[in-house]
Amino acid sequence: MSVTDAMAVPNDDAPVLEVPKRSRRKGKYNAKEVGLAFAFLVPSLAVFVTFFYVPFARLVSWGTYESQRGGASYKQVGIDQYTDVLGGNEFRQGLWHSLQFVLYTVPAGLILGTLLAVAAHRRLKGIKVFQAIFSSTLASSVAVSSVIFFFLFNPAVGFFQVSWQSDPSWAMFAAALPAIWQNLGLAFVIVLAGLQAVPDEVMEAARLDGYGAWRRLTRITLPLISPVLMFLFVILVIYGFQAFAQIDIITKGGPGGATETLVFKIFKQTQDYGKGAVLSVGLFCVTLVVTFFQFAILDRRVHYGDE
Amino acid sequence: MASVTFDAVSKRYGEVTAVDDLNLAIEDGEFMVLLGPSGCGKTTALRMIAGLEDISDGKLLIGDEVVNDVDPSRRDISMVFQSYALYPHMTVQRNIESPLLVRSYHVDGNDRPARKLNKAERDERVAEAARVLDLEPYLKRKPAALSGGQRQRVALARAFVGRPKVFLMDEPLSNLDAKLRAQTRIELVELHARVGTTVVYVTHDQVEAMTMATRVAVMSMGKLQQVGTPQEVYARPVNTFVAQFIGTPPMNCFPGKIAADGSQIEVEGGTLPLPAGLVAVPAAGSTITVGVRPEHLEVSGEGSLGVEVRAVEWLGHECLISTSIGDANVVIREAGMSASQTGSSLRLSVDPANVHLFDPNTTLRIG
Repeated sequence: MSVTDAMAVPNDDAPVLEVPKRSRRKGKYNAKEVGLAFAFLVPSLAVFVTFFYVPFARLVSWGTYESQRGGASYKQVGIDQYTDVLGGNEFRQGLWHSLQFVLYTVPAGLILGTLLAVAAHRRLKGIKVFQAIFSSTLASSVAVSSVIFFFLFNPAVGFFQVSWQSDPSWAMFAAALPAIWQNLGLAFVIVLAGLQAVPDEVMEAARLDGYGAWRRLTRITLPLISPVLMFLFVILVIYGFQAFAQIDIITKGGPGGATETLVFKIFKQTQDYGKGAVLSVGLFCVTLVVTFFQFAILDRRVHYGDE
Repeated sequence: MASVTFDAVSKRYGEVTAVDDLNLAIEDGEFMVLLGPSGCGKTTALRMIAGLEDISDGKLLIGDEVVNDVDPSRRDISMVFQSYALYPHMTVQRNIESPLLVRSYHVDGNDRPARKLNKAERDERVAEAARVLDLEPYLKRKPAALSGGQRQRVALARAFVGRPKVFLMDEPLSNLDAKLRAQTRIELVELHARVGTTVVYVTHDQVEAMTMATRVAVMSMGKLQQVGTPQEVYARPVNTFVAQFIGTPPMNCFPGKIAADGSQIEVEGGTLPLPAGLVAVPAAGSTITVGVRPEHLEVSGEGSLGVEVRAVEWLGHECLISTSIGDANVVIREAGMSASQTGSSLRLSVDPANVHLFDPNTTLRIG
């Protein structure tokens, strides 16, 4: 043991002690520790196994059965059905439609919600009322908002009598509108919370340093809330890939299959569970890959306060 | 460099008056400390100089220019915040450089148009600021990887790099530990001596005020109480608030009465001499508030005032002896180790030069 010098004063300029990132011991746990760790994990494992892993395994296995005579019986065909379906036109088309939906809904919802949040993040009398209004889109169900937009832009009885819903090049946009509207509310709430976490003094310092409103937004605010934006981006993309009710209510996949997203195509497989299972696994893989890339690429450009 | 003038400035938030009719002329190159307890309006006054608070009434001048409606970024001031307010996503280098990146400066002389600095000029200024504030090894780090003292110096460097007319500081030392605070006080005084810029410094800590200020402005309840050098406010407080706010422990204030013959002051337990050089002695028999600083109460056998010792606190280099005069607590400061014991009686004497009189109704100084 070394003797500590009681009179030594910690030097404030000494480099901050850096704990090596992977300093924890590896592969040295004894059986008792492993057992204890496992015991703590049992409750969550039980839930995951029952409600996720087992059904997922069943789904993967369903994908190896081919429907015979319109679903009257099923034949085990192994991996073939996966290669056929995932390499086929239907999957590619569904994926493209899902991507379109994501492209319509994510950037628009994110940008509009962020702008609204920036606008509403100030000390004004009655601002809470506006904050409540802007976030209200979150509180309405997808079905309700879809019905509202269905009638808002209905060619026969709509407030705007346009025929978007039946025009192949506009139908996806028509189906995306309620999602944009709802994403806006979600983005608003989350970005507003992010903005409130930015210290006032930092923004004041930026004002005194000479940053104008636009520079404060782009050089200070957005970098500081980038973790929040990253989170929003990921969940909005996932929501986009999983969207269903908007399409079912507004276009029913039409016209001519122009708005049949992957989820919608899965929904349509009432006669062929095997194919539906393959498409589901395909959607799962797409979401997994997209999320992985988002974290891998964006994580490097995102500022997390204390790093 | 510039002066800062408050001309009858008030700040009201609805019914609340945070700063009430403030008249204060801060001279060019001065280190002015705004001192007062929390809620006295000192920070509001500072934020009005910065332009972060609107002015409800009156005029604020920086140099000869009325700046009531001038945007903060155009006032040519910089501010160090209590929390330092560094940009957490930027390196130290970038933090220091940030005002230079967005502001224009009169680098070619005041008669030439202001312009942005080029890269070489910016690097030179950042390097200089980093050298002066000992930040050279940390330029590539982010603020999160710095200690409190280092962050504080980055905030100072950022304020210093643009060579503003006025430095504003809002309790910049309050997040530092005691040792570092003492060290930084000295560094701030040195920095001020080096750059000569006008400094307006807000604090509730009278030690900071006494050690750093050219002049101190003591505030309370939104009103300016007294302005003067640290020596002036210590030696001649204008009222009992200033008397008791400045000095640790504060000035002892206790009730007294002018003797019937008008030659001395009667207090419970004895008499005290009238202060030297009184212009007008209050009428005989009138009640007054007597103020004596703890170090001016001398323990002596022939003292004119008797008190009983309630407690003795030994602090190493001095003792604080607690007693009472009437209902008022009275503290005596004695150098070294005191011979007094709890429960014993003491005789005290006071030099007439060290007796202060205050009006008990208005709390204002008499004479």
